[in-house]
Amino acid sequence: MSWEVVIGLEIHAQLTTKSKIFSGASTAYGAAPNSQACPIDVGMPGMLPVLNQAVIGKSIMLGLALDAEIGKRSVFDRKNYFYPDLPKGYQTTQFEFPIVGQGKMEIELEDGTKKIIGVTRAHLEEDAGKSVHGLVPGQTGVDLNRAGTPLLEIVSDPDMSSAKEAVAYAKKMHELVQYLGICDGNMQEGSFRVDSNVSVRRPGEPLGTRAELKNINSFRFIEKAIEIEIERQIELIESGGTVVQETRLYDADNDTTRSMRTKEDANDYRYFPCPDLLPVIIADEDIEAIRATMPELPDAKRTRFVSELGLSDYDATVLTSSRAMAEFFERLVALTDAKDIKLCANWMTSGFSAALNREGLSVEQSPVSAEGLAGMIVRILDNSISGKIAKQVFEAMWKGEGTADEIIEAKGLKQITDTGAIEALVDEVLANNPSQIEAYKAGQTKMLGYFVGQIMKASGGQANPGQVNQMLVAKLK
Amino acid sequence: MSLGKTEVEYISRLTQIEVREEAVEGVAEKLSNILELFAQMEAADTKDVLPMAHPLDAVQRLRPDVVTEVDQHKKLQAIAPAAADAHYLVPQVIE
Repeated sequence: MSWEVVIGLEIHAQLTTKSKIFSGASTAYGAAPNSQACPIDVGMPGMLPVLNQAVIGKSIMLGLALDAEIGKRSVFDRKNYFYPDLPKGYQTTQFEFPIVGQGKMEIELEDGTKKIIGVTRAHLEEDAGKSVHGLVPGQTGVDLNRAGTPLLEIVSDPDMSSAKEAVAYAKKMHELVQYLGICDGNMQEGSFRVDSNVSVRRPGEPLGTRAELKNINSFRFIEKAIEIEIERQIELIESGGTVVQETRLYDADNDTTRSMRTKEDANDYRYFPCPDLLPVIIADEDIEAIRATMPELPDAKRTRFVSELGLSDYDATVLTSSRAMAEFFERLVALTDAKDIKLCANWMTSGFSAALNREGLSVEQSPVSAEGLAGMIVRILDNSISGKIAKQVFEAMWKGEGTADEIIEAKGLKQITDTGAIEALVDEVLANNPSQIEAYKAGQTKMLGYFVGQIMKASGGQANPGQVNQMLVAKLK
Repeated sequence: MSLGKTEVEYISRLTQIEVREEAVEGVAEKLSNILELFAQMEAADTKDVLPMAHPLDAVQRLRPDVVTEVDQHKKLQAIAPAAADAHYLVPQVIE
């Protein structure tokens, strides 16, 4: 009998603010322990939290991008539980009136099929601190720098039915929050955390009991962990067992999931409105003001790159894979007066991307700027250099040897376009290869390629290949 | 609704508040009385009434996203029960 898989995701996106959600302490990553935890963050009695206005704008941006209702009256609640990294004994979060209501997102699977995934809600909350083990034997150390860091928890509907769909959704959300500039998306530093709720059922049956997979910091592992968890649940039920509601951790070394803690007390967080915070009222004008500052979203950009710029679906997808990539490309096109968009796209998706990958750099870290690359493409377009020489110029630019023009000048790479000079090279090569000429005339037309190769070699790669070709054909008639 | 020994022990565990064996019965009775009050209140018609988020009829003020706090961990840890290497120390927690 077949099984149906039901997956919902909870994504915690850390918002890119300078200060914390309720205090003026810094959110910078990697500071000395507890150096960025002020009296509000450590839960000193009598402290009054004051909401950071930046988190409101950033949340509304996500809501607009997901075509969601914006909570015009948004309320903060206390979620009560005891853990040393939560010094107040409650987490300030949102329960009944979140800032972002029901929305949706379209995902595309590898085979090109599209699916709409519902987004139940997105609510604001504060992060907890960090427990450090092994500092002092028999005791746990607590670093509260992370306490109070603003998080937007994005909860999906249980609309995904495979690990692949779940990852497609998570990746798309990851791309979106970075496009919007509301989260840096750094999964290693925990800025974007994905928790997966996984359950299985027989088709037509009510939802099965779910297990939650937490703390997985790569898309590849999320996919593997979900697949393994699905297998585990099916095997468990088929052998007569029952799934219990619990949190499970993925163990990448052994490729298994194991129980972390049972959630038997799940409904006992005793939420109630936080008396320290008043309701947040958002006016229509505020929403419209934010709508006016929204960047073009990845889907719209991709569609426009195909329809307006004439790029292939593949190129459009690669070039919109991050906002930095897309903006670099658009600058490049503008700086080269859109004379050869395809050439710009090719350089971005091949030479430029290959160099970034080779050195593990992001677009922002590229040693070659859009201006630099444009300077080189302009020289290809005005026939100063060939595509082949351009690769040499690009490598030199990458190593910081100067601008395209400086490198072309210093290395003497300017293409030979002088007809007389090219003719001399053509004549020389033809004179040295009488038997190949005979073969060509006898019908072996591929000899043409041989001659072009010889001439290009003789010119040190600097002859204009188009001109060489033309002249050769004329002379061999 | 009335609470018995099991519920009191459960709540005691959740709240991390110790209730001594001999006090359980009394606490159960007190809590049951409180719940009865709620039951009485439930009789009121609250349809079309927005749940009250705050007794004050005011809205939340927002602060600009600016870092205003400086490192005070030494001061804060001076009054902590235990600290080491700039960390607060608590009894060992193992997940």
